[in-house]
Amino acid sequence: MKPEALLHPTPAGLYCPPGDFYIDPVRPVDRAVVTHGHADHARSGHGAVLATPETLEIMATRYGEDFTERRQSAEIGEVVNLNGVALWLVPAGHVLGSAQAVVEHKGTRMVVTGDYKRRRDPTCAGFEPVPCDVLISEATFGLPVFRHPDTAGEVAKLLHSLEQFPERAHLVGAYALGKAQRIIRHLREQGYDETIYIHGAMQRLCDLYERLGVPLGPLAPATVKDGRGAKQDFEGKVVVCPPSAMGSTWARRFPDPVIAFASGWMRVRQRAKQKGVELPLIVSDHADWDELTDTVREVDPHQLWVTHGREDALVRWAEVEGRVARPLHLIGYEDEND
Amino acid sequence: MIRFAGLLDRLIFTPGRNAKVRILTDYFREAPDPERGWAVAAITRDLDIKTIKAGQIKQLVYTRVDGALFDMSHDYVGDLAEAAALIWPEKPGQNYVPTLTDAVETLNGVTRTEALEVVERWFDALDASGRWALIKLATGGLRIGVAARLVKVALAEYGGKPVQEIEELWHGLKPPYLSLFSWLEGGEKPASAAAAPFRPVMLSHPIEEADKPKIDLAEMSAEWKWDGIRVQAVREGDERRVYSRTGDDIGGAFPDILAAMPFDAAIDGELLVFDPHVRDRFAVRPFNDLQQRLNRKTVSQKMMKSHPAFIRAYDLLWLEGEDLRPLPFEERRARLEGLLLREHRASPDGDERFDLSEVVDLPDWDALATARANPPLDAIEGVMLKRRSSVYVPGRPKGEWWKWKREPFLVDAVMMYAQRGHGKRSSYYSDYTFGVWKDAENGRELVPVGKAYHGFTDEELRKIDKYVRDNTIARYGPVRSVRADEDKGLVLEIAFEGLGRSTRHKSGVAMRFPRVSRLRWDKPSREADTIETLEAMLPEEA
Repeated sequence: MKPEALLHPTPAGLYCPPGDFYIDPVRPVDRAVVTHGHADHARSGHGAVLATPETLEIMATRYGEDFTERRQSAEIGEVVNLNGVALWLVPAGHVLGSAQAVVEHKGTRMVVTGDYKRRRDPTCAGFEPVPCDVLISEATFGLPVFRHPDTAGEVAKLLHSLEQFPERAHLVGAYALGKAQRIIRHLREQGYDETIYIHGAMQRLCDLYERLGVPLGPLAPATVKDGRGAKQDFEGKVVVCPPSAMGSTWARRFPDPVIAFASGWMRVRQRAKQKGVELPLIVSDHADWDELTDTVREVDPHQLWVTHGREDALVRWAEVEGRVARPLHLIGYEDEND
Repeated sequence: MIRFAGLLDRLIFTPGRNAKVRILTDYFREAPDPERGWAVAAITRDLDIKTIKAGQIKQLVYTRVDGALFDMSHDYVGDLAEAAALIWPEKPGQNYVPTLTDAVETLNGVTRTEALEVVERWFDALDASGRWALIKLATGGLRIGVAARLVKVALAEYGGKPVQEIEELWHGLKPPYLSLFSWLEGGEKPASAAAAPFRPVMLSHPIEEADKPKIDLAEMSAEWKWDGIRVQAVREGDERRVYSRTGDDIGGAFPDILAAMPFDAAIDGELLVFDPHVRDRFAVRPFNDLQQRLNRKTVSQKMMKSHPAFIRAYDLLWLEGEDLRPLPFEERRARLEGLLLREHRASPDGDERFDLSEVVDLPDWDALATARANPPLDAIEGVMLKRRSSVYVPGRPKGEWWKWKREPFLVDAVMMYAQRGHGKRSSYYSDYTFGVWKDAENGRELVPVGKAYHGFTDEELRKIDKYVRDNTIARYGPVRSVRADEDKGLVLEIAFEGLGRSTRHKSGVAMRFPRVSRLRWDKPSREADTIETLEAMLPEEA
């Protein structure tokens, strides 16, 4: 069948008419397939949600147990029949529980990557390429200037700064789901075994990661105890917080903090400057340019559809490569989040 | 190159001065000679390679990358060097990674065509930061917001030496500063090699009310405090220099002064601009006129005609081989008067660019107060007192020289925008753009007239920050637009040192050193000052 008849963009999100379901819908729908737990992909209020068990737990943690009327848990690789359409989930390597959605019907197979990356992430299963007719790829960092450096080197920058400025707290802005736990895991792998302090908004997700088998080492809430001298307790410590907290009044409890920010956007100097970041750490949960193009070559689909991000550059690249490619211009995904 | 690029990355993003000094001293400790010396020269801009033009870098990128993709990327990133550095498809492990020393030594010895071939090879071997640093170095565009002075402070800190000693040596040293680093690490002090060196400047203390009983006016000599910039003009043989008070060589922008130094001497004085239409004496123009000639590397003939510069001499530090600094002020002053008189007699019709800062007879505090409050010229910003017996020593020795600046101008303005600060203040809205009222088509509107980020206590900052957060009407990245209209707005009393006309500001005026002097929580915003009030404070037109 024609791929457009199997999946096509609508204002609510990617829709599959024969299966009557949406993938990562941005509005409440009867049946949703959710690739991962980030808020712009996983919203509450759907009739039914199909996702990996981890993603369902993340959604319940974020939105409460009643985030949907009906949960349908699908293990990785487990084929589910939705009105005659076969659907299964394959690891995407983005955050814990993240998956690509593979949709197959009448001999046509389409793969929706969701958000993904190819490099190693100690907190989740790695991306697995799936041969298909149509690859629907994200393009958050779809410009050839985005080449994320080696993660260990970026984390080493943080460790070096801790040595250089032992009297200052190191405030690391990182998204509460995925990035925060990944940075903590990398710090542990690189030998940092001191207590890491976390912002209150991260507590439940960190607990969940631990429960799902991602050990994070000693963590403590970044709260100031009553009494004097509490501020000094954070000298030379790592404090992980959501990016929005870096410029908030909350940040004042720390002594002369070094403001670090772990994000793929830190590759561009002006971005880091604008945010007042002193220590940019280029660590992303999205594929960089090389990962995007390598993945297209490896999967080698008949057609490439590009969803959110910088679609134009990736489509241009594909066309120069002699591939059939089109932008989908899906709306509602916040590509600033990384 | 990788280590140097890492240093630049840290310096660019680090706002704190002390933190920058620490990053620099750690680098000096880690990097070997001659690399660290080349790094110092690159940052202080004493190293101008400029072998390659930015356009050539672009053409080079086009040979490796799809032009359309590069253009999209350049659009997105903004800066050409950065876009090129990021997009270059590197081949790690295939090439020798150059050090900063390799880069400097090679680029200085090759032709333009050869340079491009070398740079292309290095691009393959370096990472994005390294490529960025290399492009900036090779195109002469390295500006990272670190003043030469700060590098000297870091060098002093590294070697445990007073910064004045480094300033004094500086102009006799050449990159890569091997003798300097050797001295800082315990070796022998380099001989002061330069002709016409800079001599670190003696400074004054501001007079507070409590200081007055300690000052015996009978021992003091009074002068006007001229509102220009403090400089040192030095000639020794063929070497002629004009230094800023921190020892930067600013002579390139003042060829009119350099050409009019008939003596072998080091003169401490105030750099000022005079009215070219007044011939019999120097008619001093306000600071705003001098501003036109500052912060340039070169100057046009036209500018030198319309804004001619001269030096009003305060002191004589060295004369024809003799160091006068150990002499008392009154003796130095007598020698200075003799020198200027001699030169004046020698060239009755010459283009003279030096005169004497006159000693004013102000015998008691009343006379001083009157002179300070009503100076005869706009270009005077207060009075100076110098002990007649004072020898010339660098820094601010206690009790020797005093300055008593006129009261600042004050204006009540309304806060319009607030921006988050850096470092310790990164969670506070601490930089404020303020405006005054101006008549518009429908009633009155606020027109921004300046920006201030100090003058308040930490406690006050907390209160203003809360006000900003509670009264935000729009956000633009780190900037918040704060409610400011006839009915509501925070009035700030702004103090500033002077006002000039400006075509770059919508209001047509620009303030010098604006700061918050008081928070007027009590004052209704509609009663803040108007643009007419400010315009009345402008100095008279040329």
